Amino acid sequence: MKVLVPVKRVIDYNVKVRVKSDGSGVDLANVKMSMNPFDEIAVEEAIRLKEAGKADEVIVVSIGVKQAQETLRTALAMGADRAILVIAADDVHQDIEPLAVAKILKAVVEAEGPGLVIAGKQAIDNDMNATGQMLSALLGWSQGTFASELDVDGDTAVITREVDGGLQTIKIKMPAIVTADLRLNEPRYASLPNIMKAKKKPLDEKTAADFGVDVTPRLEIVKTTEPAARSAGIKVGSVDELVAKLKEVGAV
Amino acid sequence: MLLTHEHNELRRTVTRWVEDEINPHIDEWEAAGIFPAHEVFKSLGDRGLLGVHKPEKFGGMGLDFSFAAVMAEALAAIKAGGVPMAIGAQTDMCTPALAQHGSDALREEFLRPAIAGEYVGCIGVSEPGGGSDVAALKTTARKDGDDYVINGTKLWITNGTQADFCCLLANTGDGPIHQNKSLIIVPMKTKGVEVTKKITKIGMNSSDTAQIFFDDVRVPQRNRIGEENKGFIYQMQQFQYERLWCALNAAAVFQRAIDITVDYTKERKAFGRSLSDNQWIGFKLAEMQTEVEALNALNWKGVEMVVAGQDATKVATMAKLMAGKLSRTLPDGCLQFWGGMGYSDESEISRLYRDARLTAIGGGADEVMLQILTKYMGIFGSNH
Repeated sequence: MKVLVPVKRVIDYNVKVRVKSDGSGVDLANVKMSMNPFDEIAVEEAIRLKEAGKADEVIVVSIGVKQAQETLRTALAMGADRAILVIAADDVHQDIEPLAVAKILKAVVEAEGPGLVIAGKQAIDNDMNATGQMLSALLGWSQGTFASELDVDGDTAVITREVDGGLQTIKIKMPAIVTADLRLNEPRYASLPNIMKAKKKPLDEKTAADFGVDVTPRLEIVKTTEPAARSAGIKVGSVDELVAKLKEVGAV
Repeated sequence: MLLTHEHNELRRTVTRWVEDEINPHIDEWEAAGIFPAHEVFKSLGDRGLLGVHKPEKFGGMGLDFSFAAVMAEALAAIKAGGVPMAIGAQTDMCTPALAQHGSDALREEFLRPAIAGEYVGCIGVSEPGGGSDVAALKTTARKDGDDYVINGTKLWITNGTQADFCCLLANTGDGPIHQNKSLIIVPMKTKGVEVTKKITKIGMNSSDTAQIFFDDVRVPQRNRIGEENKGFIYQMQQFQYERLWCALNAAAVFQRAIDITVDYTKERKAFGRSLSDNQWIGFKLAEMQTEVEALNALNWKGVEMVVAGQDATKVATMAKLMAGKLSRTLPDGCLQFWGGMGYSDESEISRLYRDARLTAIGGGADEVMLQILTKYMGIFGSNH
């Protein structure tokens, strides 16, 4: 079985995000970019399936600007076998929306024939949480979202999902789309020999046009603003005073 | 120098390794005055991180020195200077000469396990009678049959209590002081090697520092690195790596000092506003940032020269000197803004302040760097 893992190049989680002065979005020029952390978890899960003998090949795919090849190299260094880069934008500020990504992924799935797609549950840049679900709908495949455990067994997969108030276990038919939640695994970091080997692994370059997908945005960003600065706290002298203050602001 | 994606990935891997494997234990190791070198080095060896610029033939990665430089910087994420220093001693202080001039048999026996992280190494240059004055060393290695018989004392030996081998500089001839020394690999379990208890220091607490006595220690002559009586020259070449490593690591440590101080002064309120809102503090931090940038420029000029196969001794000496000078002012300047917290053991800056001070002494004191530089300038005292 082949496993396909889509990975997105996003602003590094450690970077303090700055809103562009015209409010059109977040400033990404000369900012450190990395693989979306949820996608890293998805890559790790796919590699573990391969190591467990349940998958033969791990293919990673990224859709976006040319620089996303670095993100793919990171996945290759972790242990993915080969990569596909779909160039869909020239400007780092152009986000490819979930529907366009899902359509391209559908075409990649049809070309590559994987039995399983593992994606991050969402990208940390815009938190859409939609691509996996849309891809499932377009392909007519089962979906197991927010997976914190995945057990693939022949024609079925058992998935533990993190839902409000607890864990839900579902059994779905393969082929399937699974989206990774934070606790699915702890992704490995590459050894230096693997970092160097990743340079030589195959990386195919395509464009969105190759798949006949129009990536023109359907959403219009009206405004982007910084979160309000945290207002100053107050010191209280006793528990009674604390309770009184909490009541005052309606917190208890 | 333009760094590649692979350089960035190396930095990321080292940083993650530090966060996962080292920083959670660092306070414990600082308190114990030692860290488990074999365990830590094995973990590095498994990730290919101990032989970054060592020959592939002996298990290294065969990359150029710029990758080792990135690693030296990335190790500054460790929240104590002792552990990165111990790692640097292994990768860039006690093994460069072995890697460059050692026989295949010697490299198979000592370099391969050092790269794999199975052996811990130390460098034996300094002595009670002189450290930076390398030419005045008293330790002797006398020929006897196929062996050397070694007598002498080495002092301030990083990794000394845990090491499996020592790359020892000893007198092997009666010629002029620069032409009578050899580098010899001495297995530390050899009869006659006696390691005294750890030396306590003002900083670098997680690194063990030893005094080592050699009393009629017999090692085969094939343990000599390269040619006899070329040891001083080899050591000078080896110092080039050591000094660049020190300067690169120090620059990244200084950057951490600035970063944590910026965070602290933003957070800390005094007289109704953040400390960082005071122009004096902002100006001082900006000045320090400029100093780090200048040091980095010097460091990377040295790295580029090494990568290009040029002799970087002069630039490496300047970089080490500048790092040493800054180690006496920059952490101090940062600590000042932490107030009482900076003087307490509970703050990250106080340990950094203590640890950094060694930069001006270890690997050749600032004054030795100055002496070397006066030779380059043709103004070295005529009595020498």
